[in-house]
Amino acid sequence: MNLDPNVPEGPLEQKWDLHRFQLKLVNPANKRRYNIIVVGSGLAGASAAASMAELGYNVDCFCYQDSPRRAHSVAAQGGINAAKNYQNDGDSVYRLFYDTVKGGDYRSREANVHRLAQLSTAIIDQCVAQGVPFAREYGGMLDNRSFGGAQVSRTFFARGQTGQQLLLGAYSALCRQIGAGKVKMHPRSEMLDLVLLGGRAVGITVRDLCTGQISSHAADAVVLATGGYANVFFLSTNAKGCNVTAAYRAHRRGALFANPCFTQIHPTCIPVSGDYQSKLTLMSESLRNDGRIWVPEKAGDRRKPSEIPEAERDYYLERRYPSFGNLVPRDVASRAAKAVCDEGRGVGETGLGVYLDFADAIGRMGHDAIQDRYGNLFEMYDKITGEDPYRVPMRIFPALHYTMGGLWVDYNLMSTVPGLFVLGEANFSDHGANRLGASALMQGLADGYFIIPYTIGDYLARAGKCPVDAGHSEFAGAEQQARERIDRLLAIKGKRTPDSFHRELGRLLWDHCGMARSRQGLEQALERIPTLRDEFWQEVTVVGKAADLNQTLEKAGRVADFLEFAELMCRDALTRDESCGAHFREEHQSEEGEALRNDEEYSHVSAWEFTGAGQEPNLHKEPLQFEHVSLTTRSYK
Amino acid sequence: MNVTLVVWRQAGPGEKGRMVSHEARDISRHMSFLELLDVVNERLIENGDDPIAFDHDCREGICGMCGAVINGVAHGHLSHTTLCQLHMRHFRDGETIYIEPFRARAFPVIKDLVVDRSALDKIIQAGGFVSVNTGSPPDANAIPIGKERAERAFDAASCIGCGACVAACPNASAMLFTSAKITQLALLPQGQPERHDRVRRMVAAMEQAGFGGCSNHAECEAVCPKGIRLGFIAQLNRDQISASLRR
Repeated sequence: MNLDPNVPEGPLEQKWDLHRFQLKLVNPANKRRYNIIVVGSGLAGASAAASMAELGYNVDCFCYQDSPRRAHSVAAQGGINAAKNYQNDGDSVYRLFYDTVKGGDYRSREANVHRLAQLSTAIIDQCVAQGVPFAREYGGMLDNRSFGGAQVSRTFFARGQTGQQLLLGAYSALCRQIGAGKVKMHPRSEMLDLVLLGGRAVGITVRDLCTGQISSHAADAVVLATGGYANVFFLSTNAKGCNVTAAYRAHRRGALFANPCFTQIHPTCIPVSGDYQSKLTLMSESLRNDGRIWVPEKAGDRRKPSEIPEAERDYYLERRYPSFGNLVPRDVASRAAKAVCDEGRGVGETGLGVYLDFADAIGRMGHDAIQDRYGNLFEMYDKITGEDPYRVPMRIFPALHYTMGGLWVDYNLMSTVPGLFVLGEANFSDHGANRLGASALMQGLADGYFIIPYTIGDYLARAGKCPVDAGHSEFAGAEQQARERIDRLLAIKGKRTPDSFHRELGRLLWDHCGMARSRQGLEQALERIPTLRDEFWQEVTVVGKAADLNQTLEKAGRVADFLEFAELMCRDALTRDESCGAHFREEHQSEEGEALRNDEEYSHVSAWEFTGAGQEPNLHKEPLQFEHVSLTTRSYK
Repeated sequence: MNVTLVVWRQAGPGEKGRMVSHEARDISRHMSFLELLDVVNERLIENGDDPIAFDHDCREGICGMCGAVINGVAHGHLSHTTLCQLHMRHFRDGETIYIEPFRARAFPVIKDLVVDRSALDKIIQAGGFVSVNTGSPPDANAIPIGKERAERAFDAASCIGCGACVAACPNASAMLFTSAKITQLALLPQGQPERHDRVRRMVAAMEQAGFGGCSNHAECEAVCPKGIRLGFIAQLNRDQISASLRR
């Protein structure tokens, strides 16, 4: 297996420039001869589809939602980073690059991250030109805020709805191309398989979610922008429909999957309240700027928060990390919350929660100032929990939020399958072992607006047109396999619902492959997952028909893929015998409980090759070289 | 708590639908309305029955995918709330709850509570954008926009495209939806070059999709989960008049 990252030669600052010069071009008049498939319509997918259509390519874009405007990028709250240095506070492309590599705990590719930082500024220009209403100062200039893991203010934001506004910008560009006939949009469509011809990606198999019809679509290149896999844990902050199927099906067809164990847990979510819970809701990290996090000093203290005197409270983040206090990075804050709950000091009915208390901030700045800053978040909390956070401290707990791992891609964002490109959260590229806040939106849009339009041209110029159409036997074979799988699911007629298996898988992963992982726990999970998968294929019940809108069938197909993917994730977590970023192995921690990296042995990307269902996958390593950033231990004390 | 759900069940497009009763026992007050439907559906599936089909995705009130008419009100009786953010604590033990799809000529029912809202996308495709190609813009701060104006544009931009406004309108009009996009871009300097052409094209697309006209009932504003205001429709009308004078 050739795992060449194709990082261009030359000084770091000039790599992307030189590379763009070296990339082959497709003559403007010839672009309309090429067809490109884009799967997913979030920030990465919509921006890619629109930008490639503007260049003249014919694009088919697929999404499972009823409209491309609903992709889960819409839910991002906080903001988007860019090295504009509008605040004159010392920011630069190099500083954004450096912060991102450090924040990722030195498990990302330097050249990719530097390009991301370079492109960050053009993203803001593009979005403003589209009419994205970013926050502004009274003089009419753009406003910025600071965010975790950085000491400069480089985050652009649109109230608490930055993702929504950026997505509506990309969606509007996409709509313009749909109206112009350059993009054909296929909503309520789910990709079930990738089709290869002679090792090259030439199309996809799709199920129409309204009619159940299976169809084939051929193209000269396929772009996956299908998001992350946090829903493997059942409970996460992802939308209910988010799934790993497109990425995992591509993996089964030969695309290597990189660093699947790098999953980010967000410290400030609303705690689980009961067995019926269907998803978790994030409260923006910005709340930690003014809220103080605490638990009772004594285990089992069931008094109301107002009855616990100051002296009997433990502000554990301020105690353990006096210099960063409540603003330590996400992974550190999450593990600290787990630790106090494990000691029996958690709050709320379930004991799985900690207080985020605004009493001091309200006392210092007044009710109105807090309302100005966090009004919509407080309202959302009140709506969900029925408690008023102006009077009672919020209860928060960590939850699965984002996945840094994804399909392996080279510098051109091409996977190990020629002609298959992967963008946004679906690839593994830029965030290493831990993503900094406000960097996901940046990466999705950099990939879609400014990278894929160049690199796909180079591929098409070299590979030429796909020689076959969707009538070819490879497509018929893939369709047949997809139909057989659906028929098999419908024929089981067992006793358990797809959701009940999904919940069980989620609990297992949360316990053994969540915030803290150990050899013993991971081995237990690796033993249990295959038997759970067997039980699924024997006991699941899927009602209804194949040729219909059938949401149970949709779920069952996704859960079946999660049940295979979960094993890969646990195997990766077991093999990476070090703690780094969001991946915390209990065996590798300092006496104070801090993560211990092992750069000697694990400074590489783990890229896994599929060898067959239930078979051990092959591990390929892409070594990471750090020429510009010196590897240090992160310290937030 | 226990509730009785009376739900619109329709097997497919163009088929005859009817209201069907489903019992929900031992429901937690802290459940969201969609979690209530999840629980009812799990029991239906276990019994081999067809579950209630409904649209949903983010379940945090921002994607706009969910929505149904609850006891006659789009998204339910709580103001500024999407269906996914409506919790059972706002209902009474023993209550009978009527659940119907968003109904409008332009929103045909696909199955049960799932409707086809692609007509809203068609309105945006007709002109709800600034024609700017990737890579061509000037520096972001080269376009100064006053804070107050930017905030008003944001108010209009916060529409989530759920379609509740259409479902609530006696004329099944999409004026609130259309006017929100028109107002957002009319308030911003970026939107000026295409301003008049935009309003013409979007209104034409709205009419072509089968949405009715506005006769100032204001039901749309009352159910909008994001507080999109009726004043935006006045902005649309003003722009439409000035566009017609320039033709």
